[in-house]
Amino acid sequence: MKKIKVALIGNPNSGKSTLFNALTGLSQKVANFPGVTVEKKTGTCRLKTPEGEPVTAECIDLPGTYSLYPKTIDEQIPFRSLCDPSGKVPDAVVVVAEGTNLKRSLFLCSQVIDLKIPVVLVVNMMDIVNYRGIRIDLLKLSEKLGVKVIPAIARKGIGVKELKEALAGTLPVPETEFIDTAGFAPLVVGTLREKLGLKSNYAAFQLANNVEFITRFAPGEMGKQDVRDLLKQHQFDGTQQQARETLERYKVITLLMKECVKTETKQQRPFWSRRLDDILTHRFWGYIVFLSVLFLIFQAIFSWAAYPMEFIDWTFASAGGYLQEALPEGVLNDLIVNGILAGLAGIIIFIPQIAILFAFIALLEDTGYMARVSFIMDRVMRRYGLSGRSVIPLIGGVACAVPSILSTRTIQSFKQRIITIMVIPLMSCSARLPVYTLIISMIIPTDPVWGVINRQGLVLMAMYLIGFFAAIGAAAFMKWFVRARDRDFFVMELPLYRVPRWRNLGMTIIEKVKIFLFDAGKIIIAISIILWFLSSRGPGERYESLKVQAEQLKATDESAPGLRELQSLQLEASYAGKMGKWMEPVIAPLGFDWKIGIALVTSFAAREVFVGTMSTIYSAGSHAGTERTVREKMMAEVNPVTGGPRYTVAVGWSLMLFYAFALQCMSTIAVVRRETGGWKWPAIQFVYLSALAYLASLLAYQGLS
Amino acid sequence: MRLSELKTGQRCIIDSFTDEMLKLKLMEMGCLPGEVVEVVRVAPPGDPMAIAVGSYVLGIRRSEAETVVVREVG
Repeated sequence: MKKIKVALIGNPNSGKSTLFNALTGLSQKVANFPGVTVEKKTGTCRLKTPEGEPVTAECIDLPGTYSLYPKTIDEQIPFRSLCDPSGKVPDAVVVVAEGTNLKRSLFLCSQVIDLKIPVVLVVNMMDIVNYRGIRIDLLKLSEKLGVKVIPAIARKGIGVKELKEALAGTLPVPETEFIDTAGFAPLVVGTLREKLGLKSNYAAFQLANNVEFITRFAPGEMGKQDVRDLLKQHQFDGTQQQARETLERYKVITLLMKECVKTETKQQRPFWSRRLDDILTHRFWGYIVFLSVLFLIFQAIFSWAAYPMEFIDWTFASAGGYLQEALPEGVLNDLIVNGILAGLAGIIIFIPQIAILFAFIALLEDTGYMARVSFIMDRVMRRYGLSGRSVIPLIGGVACAVPSILSTRTIQSFKQRIITIMVIPLMSCSARLPVYTLIISMIIPTDPVWGVINRQGLVLMAMYLIGFFAAIGAAAFMKWFVRARDRDFFVMELPLYRVPRWRNLGMTIIEKVKIFLFDAGKIIIAISIILWFLSSRGPGERYESLKVQAEQLKATDESAPGLRELQSLQLEASYAGKMGKWMEPVIAPLGFDWKIGIALVTSFAAREVFVGTMSTIYSAGSHAGTERTVREKMMAEVNPVTGGPRYTVAVGWSLMLFYAFALQCMSTIAVVRRETGGWKWPAIQFVYLSALAYLASLLAYQGLS
Repeated sequence: MRLSELKTGQRCIIDSFTDEMLKLKLMEMGCLPGEVVEVVRVAPPGDPMAIAVGSYVLGIRRSEAETVVVREVG
């Protein structure tokens, strides 16, 4: 079967993703572009040539851009994909143009045309074009540009069929040069084109301008250094050449627009969009609306997600119980139920929250509101080394750091993005909630403050505030240490408000959940299995003999009085127990004993494991309401040194602060590694957060006791 | 006169740029010398500002707008 490669390119908000979704549907795959942390969306589309022969088009969705010249990490991709000197360019490029901003879209289109790659120009949003009284002579436009032009309304699926037909047929290589870039620097362009065997003058011109972004050259007569020397020899001034090219292109486009586009009524931004902006960026109402939106997201993440999460929890508990009975007893049974299944449950339980958070983020992006949030928050956030676009990821961190870190991709500057990623885990995520509630219920009295305010609730709020201020403080601190890689531009479009495209929304959710499930999931499962192994095996004979004793006792009487104590001793003798003992000298100054040490280690898989581990360690039965019994057992625990209770106010605060700061989350580490493309940032993050946690706990414990 | 000096509702014509990198970015987005630009609104803290060029609106920081030299319409 014939196979072709098709790339989609267009301005941000041009409807490119909608068109991509329409073409590829559920065959989409998301991966990272090699070397950079920009996601690469690909998908396949089945076509038929006019002769009825099937063709498979492998489509790639390039990040939205205004020009082929890279300014941010995202924008390197279109350039690299279309001007790769080793010659792997797509067979056809679909340029998606916004009909209402045709001039600017034609700029990008003309660049692709000059690369001499077959082009289809899709003029999207024709409904708005007509509504605004703009008449575009598509035939003439096609004739003048020398490429096929298709009118479309992507969100209604209009034009998709025509686009598919066009792609299946033979597309001509554009013949005319839109502008003569060879004339700008004849010697440089000529030499590069000849020595590197490039298809067009413009590819050579682009290469001369962006040589530093090229990672590999085809083996041949010229390498990177040779190109640099050539540019130096001919005093090629990239900035000046680019400016000249831009002006030249727009000159031609302006003439073209005069010939092909007639505006019958005065082109104006719709009244309602301006009116909405008056409210949403208002000095008072703007922030009120923003806070309300945040409140809604919070509510949704905590309350709506609770039901599906309970259901997932219940399903896994039942499945675990069933499997434990159904499978033959032994190591395999234990591994499947307590290792793999428990690990799986730990991942899948987060899906509702992730889906809801991303639904909201996508909704805010798609309607154009996110740009306004960045607009009104930029000034405030910049003071702390963050950007207006850091707001939503930070807020999302209260639900879960994992999707929030994924959502930092909208931040253009590398520095601001890294800082945002580094401080997100300080926001108190939902996994800390069970830890906080358990400890608060032990150390904080229930009597109300001033007769009305719930004291425990107040402390809980304080924990969230501590997290928030720590994040802001850490960002302000890191501002001085993280080096900027690219210049930080804010310049961005405030697009027209529009109704969300539900199909895109659905696709985004599926895509984000997939990333979480498969990429982070692999690591979480691995850790769960390791933890299972460490807590169910022990060095020497002691562990085994304890295990045999416990099993014998259990076989005779499930609720035998000494059974739980025996299981406790068993845990102490396991590798995990040994680890806890080994950690004790280090964590003793924080008021923690070896049992808490084990919980700290197991919490590394996920923080909420704390409660589960505590219930195992304190051998609370699983018959009664688990948490209440854990709490009672923990409260009854005696500190052998002081003779008083183990969990004093000082230990409680120390523990809570430790959980507030420490990066005890495998998924976060995995996702930071994925997003930053290496171990450097997750390592720094882990070290600084651990140090912060240790210090805070030390101060709290020593100060309070 | 610089773009950053304009008040909300004021219109001017783009004349030139003082920052080479920003110039390229702005020109690619359609802010070309000779285009009419209008300050549509300013974010509540006084920064960034929103400018209308052609049929679209851009958000731009004050520091960035300072690099755009403008002249009066007419």
